[in-house]
Amino acid sequence: MEAFELLLQGFLTLMTVQKLALMMVGLILGIFVGVLPGLGGPNGVAILLPLTFSMDPTSAIVMLSCLYWGALFGGAITSILFNIPGEAWSVATTFDGYPMAQKGQAAQALTAAFTSSFIGSLVAVILITFLAPRIADFALRFGPPEFFAVYLLTFCSFVGLGREERHKIVISLAFGLLLTGIGMDTVSGQLRMTFGFTDLLRGVNFLVAVIGLFGISEILVTMEESLALRGHVAHINPKVVWETWKTFPRHWITIIRSAFIGCWLGITPGGAIAASFMGYNLAKRFARDKESFGKGRVDGVLAPETAAHAAGTAALLPMLALGIPGSGTAAILLGGLLVWGLNPGPLLFVEHKEFVWGTIASMYLGNIVGLVLVLSTVPLFAAVLRVPFAAIAPMIVVSCAIGAYAIQNAMFDIWLMLGFGVLGYVFKKLDYPLAPLTLALVLGSRTEDAFRLSMIGAGGDLRVFWSNGLVGTITTLALALLFWPLIGRAFEGAAKLLRPPTKQLGS
Amino acid sequence: MTQQNSPPAPDDDRPIAKSRSVDFIVLLLLLALACLFGWDSTRVGNAWGDDGPQAGYFPFYLSVLMSAACIFGLARLLVNSARSAEGFITRHQFTRVMQVFVPTLGFVLATEFLGLYVASFLLVAGFMWWIGGIALWKSVLTSFLFAAAMFLTFEIAFNVIMPKGPLEAAFGL
Repeated sequence: MEAFELLLQGFLTLMTVQKLALMMVGLILGIFVGVLPGLGGPNGVAILLPLTFSMDPTSAIVMLSCLYWGALFGGAITSILFNIPGEAWSVATTFDGYPMAQKGQAAQALTAAFTSSFIGSLVAVILITFLAPRIADFALRFGPPEFFAVYLLTFCSFVGLGREERHKIVISLAFGLLLTGIGMDTVSGQLRMTFGFTDLLRGVNFLVAVIGLFGISEILVTMEESLALRGHVAHINPKVVWETWKTFPRHWITIIRSAFIGCWLGITPGGAIAASFMGYNLAKRFARDKESFGKGRVDGVLAPETAAHAAGTAALLPMLALGIPGSGTAAILLGGLLVWGLNPGPLLFVEHKEFVWGTIASMYLGNIVGLVLVLSTVPLFAAVLRVPFAAIAPMIVVSCAIGAYAIQNAMFDIWLMLGFGVLGYVFKKLDYPLAPLTLALVLGSRTEDAFRLSMIGAGGDLRVFWSNGLVGTITTLALALLFWPLIGRAFEGAAKLLRPPTKQLGS
Repeated sequence: MTQQNSPPAPDDDRPIAKSRSVDFIVLLLLLALACLFGWDSTRVGNAWGDDGPQAGYFPFYLSVLMSAACIFGLARLLVNSARSAEGFITRHQFTRVMQVFVPTLGFVLATEFLGLYVASFLLVAGFMWWIGGIALWKSVLTSFLFAAAMFLTFEIAFNVIMPKGPLEAAFGL
């Protein structure tokens, strides 16, 4: 039970006034960001990242991860009261959450949403506590070929399992990887793809791109939709909370199922959205009266919220243990780690124990404090939505610009951010997925380094990726995922052939 | 085929561009970009050197992959021409997007010359008053408080230095 001891130490590192204060600041800012239309978890974290540059890494991640929890909680407020999903994974919450608010049960819906997201995250954090050190331990044996294979697996799973059209995913991925190649080549020192622009020497900074892709483009999209905010009012009091909690044991199967789905899908990239829908659909399928779903059922809120937040939290597991982010927000946090001078990956568990366990402990604490905070302050934050968008939009633009500039003190980065904003807007409108682009931007240079190092080590022999059981398995799995749609079809074809002919005659 | 200059009809909900057309242009632009990256990688060297792949090796094959995906996308658009005539954006939506994009562009330009804080004061006040139709005094006051809060937070509390212009210089900052 080494994990327990380390976790306890993690809690001890958190127990300073400064860190607890930062935690509260993070949570409040996070809920604020989550409630505002046009902002959400990843945007908020990206914009506020520059604030943390002067902090020590542990304080910084405590504040940012609390910001993230806050944003997750805040997203539920808009989904239920205003029928506006703050994030793609809150969409499923609106199916039953908003009807509940219409029936005058907004307080119950909110309590259910907050509590179930808390439970979902808690399950995932427990998983991280016990699984992450083992995975990291295992990954310590990884050399460059293994790391390249893992990166390949991540990219291939996007292409093979993505819901968008394949060529759009490939374009998004390849474009992101190419952008990371801009600037000075780390191995040879040559300049690549700079075309004589001195501003491009630094390369395209990941965070600048993210602020543009998510922050600016989201403002453009929100503005286009011309939101008419008409929301319901909720007053949460202890009695309602208690009454709602009392109904939870009845839905225990739904909660456990959703938490399990969430953890599973969260570890694979881009899983939170899929998890929330899957959680909802499964709850519906197993329910006795399917018709009442979509008309305001408590478990219609419980299922997607538990799954989405378990997934959102579990996404941090591969980031901590392997240095591979499982979600957009995890990718941004990973970008933060690099800025603070930490190298994400298995060595983190050895070299920066205090940081890792402080982070994990802050996930427990942040969740509990966050739950209490949102339950007590919902009306306050719901009022934020009545602030005119015309006042909020320009302020968000300014925050984005500050964030983009602060990373490298470069005016060029503000222009770059604007460019990425337009790109993000067009991509969103045309259904090009942004997640592969983000992931490619954060993993690009490390993927290339891993590839080149393994090539140098093997003298240019591609068979190095099948040189031992471990790397061979990962590489094969990656290729299998890449061609998953084809393999799936082949299986179906085979199944058709094997089917007894009588059945075909009968149909 | 791209922009149908629709007459200034009262119905603002008519799309001014089809998704298909925009997708086509975007794919062409991305293809051009991929070719540019590929060309530069060839210049740097995309083959195997004595000590492993040259600097352009990895980007070159990525640009090949990206070009292939773009060509595939273009071909699909040409083949499925009958399908998906959905609109990319309506005139009304376009106006609204420009209402926020043009001020943002102006803000970035102003930051070059006036510094970030003055530019953000102008952006917030201008946007609230002009586009939001909020009373001038409210807009100016909110905007001033916002710019001041940003200045105090970043410049003083967190020591994050932003670009500054003539106004800050006049105060000796």
